[in-house]
Amino acid sequence: MSTVTGTAAADKRLSLLRVLGPVHVWALGVGIVLVGEYMGWNFSVGKGGMIAGLVACWVAGLLYTSVAMIDSEVTSTVAAAGGQYAQAKHIVGPLMAFNVGLFLVLAYTMLEAGNAITIGYLLDTVAQMQGHTGLNQKPFIILTVMFLAWLNYRGVLVTLNFSFVITAVAFIAILILFFAVEAGVSAIPLDFSAITTEPLPYGWVGVLAALHFGLWYYLGIEGTTQAAEEVRSPPRALPYGTMAGIITLVIAATLTWYVCSGLIPWEYLGQAGTPLFDATRVTGSLWLMILLFIGTIFSTLASANGCINDASRAWFSMGRDRYLPTWFGAVHPVYRTPYRSIVFLVPIALVFALGAPLDQVITFSILSGLLGYTFMSFNMIMFRNKWPLKSIKRGYVHPFHPMPALVLMILCAATYVAIFLGYGTQLIAMMCYFILVSLWFHFWRYRFVRRGDQFTMPWPRPQGY
Amino acid sequence: MDLWNVLEYLAWALSAVFALHMVYDLYRVDTTFDNELLTSSREGEIELTQERHEI
Repeated sequence: MSTVTGTAAADKRLSLLRVLGPVHVWALGVGIVLVGEYMGWNFSVGKGGMIAGLVACWVAGLLYTSVAMIDSEVTSTVAAAGGQYAQAKHIVGPLMAFNVGLFLVLAYTMLEAGNAITIGYLLDTVAQMQGHTGLNQKPFIILTVMFLAWLNYRGVLVTLNFSFVITAVAFIAILILFFAVEAGVSAIPLDFSAITTEPLPYGWVGVLAALHFGLWYYLGIEGTTQAAEEVRSPPRALPYGTMAGIITLVIAATLTWYVCSGLIPWEYLGQAGTPLFDATRVTGSLWLMILLFIGTIFSTLASANGCINDASRAWFSMGRDRYLPTWFGAVHPVYRTPYRSIVFLVPIALVFALGAPLDQVITFSILSGLLGYTFMSFNMIMFRNKWPLKSIKRGYVHPFHPMPALVLMILCAATYVAIFLGYGTQLIAMMCYFILVSLWFHFWRYRFVRRGDQFTMPWPRPQGY
Repeated sequence: MDLWNVLEYLAWALSAVFALHMVYDLYRVDTTFDNELLTSSREGEIELTQERHEI
């Protein structure tokens, strides 16, 4: 490898590699999310019963369809790594961007840690089924994080090709389960009698409480935006990949609710650790059990893989803009990945994966995500107000504006109430944390930012300025 | 020692290999290439070459 120094550096620039297409965007978005179909969503049934689970599934689906539409328009216009961070910087301002960048890094790093914990738990379960008790989960948790970080370090194309294959297998496993149960493979028939006998066991408050866990079906689809600087054609690939992703997820979520609610009584479903896998155990079919176990492992790996990709891009972008030390804004000269950011986030993910309980890790991830969604709603309104449709070219224009933004805002408010009911302390702790880091950024860090350099889009002056 | 104990040791070993490879490569790149080049990426370069945002 040759040494490149001095004047050569001034002549040549390194950038992230533009090799991705819509399929990779789909794999990134659905890959992060699909694990939510395999576990977590079912706590919504426990909170409010079978109907509340379905209401949460579709209301959250509406929320995330709004997210996907908004993201498709803004990201196809602000095509930069960092996704919502770059959007916030250009549309709202630096302080908002710093906060959004941290929302993203926290949400994805926590989710990555949660996925690694889940891999350890799943392998422990298999070991116990084979008669081995006391499996040490730590090496498997660490291996999950290390292998996926290494894959991300080596290149974005191999990373998202890997994600595409395992995500497709996990999605097809859900489809096969649905068709197999419909074809009568299950030893026990589908039973939806609880819909009439116990429609809302905890009333409408139960429906509201269920909303929190309804997010698990779709949490992370907004991660498609992080690929903006690595897709060959942002105006084409990002809207196609994101919209195909949300359609895939709404189908997968509805089928998952249908099969699991029909096979498992809601009282048990509401507490299950791996509801889809448990549903296959009820069917009595060994090959379905094997298939859905593979689906569970693959969906968890795909999620962690996408999270490493997205968290590192957000961290990298903040370093590049000097919101964080510029050391993080480096690109690998051969693999063309944000290699320093990838390596830096590994020990942080491991600290949470090895030292924090799963429910706390996931709650902080959801809270960070929800703060990001709240930003997206007013960001969209500001974007259309400052740069109306005819002022700049957009890759995609979402219909019915401002309805999706308003729906997103209202649903975010309802979800804050739902989260406050269950995790009020964590919500307040997180708000205090973001207030403190905002003060640090405003009074200290922003002095290092080159103010003109951070705004790179060749847009006309915003309306009203 | 059963299969799962062997897998535990294997997982430790593979974790160390992946971690060491990343750290070694990071050190090698950082000591071989000029930091200005490594941090030369700029947001919005696609705007200059492909997307003009003009109607």
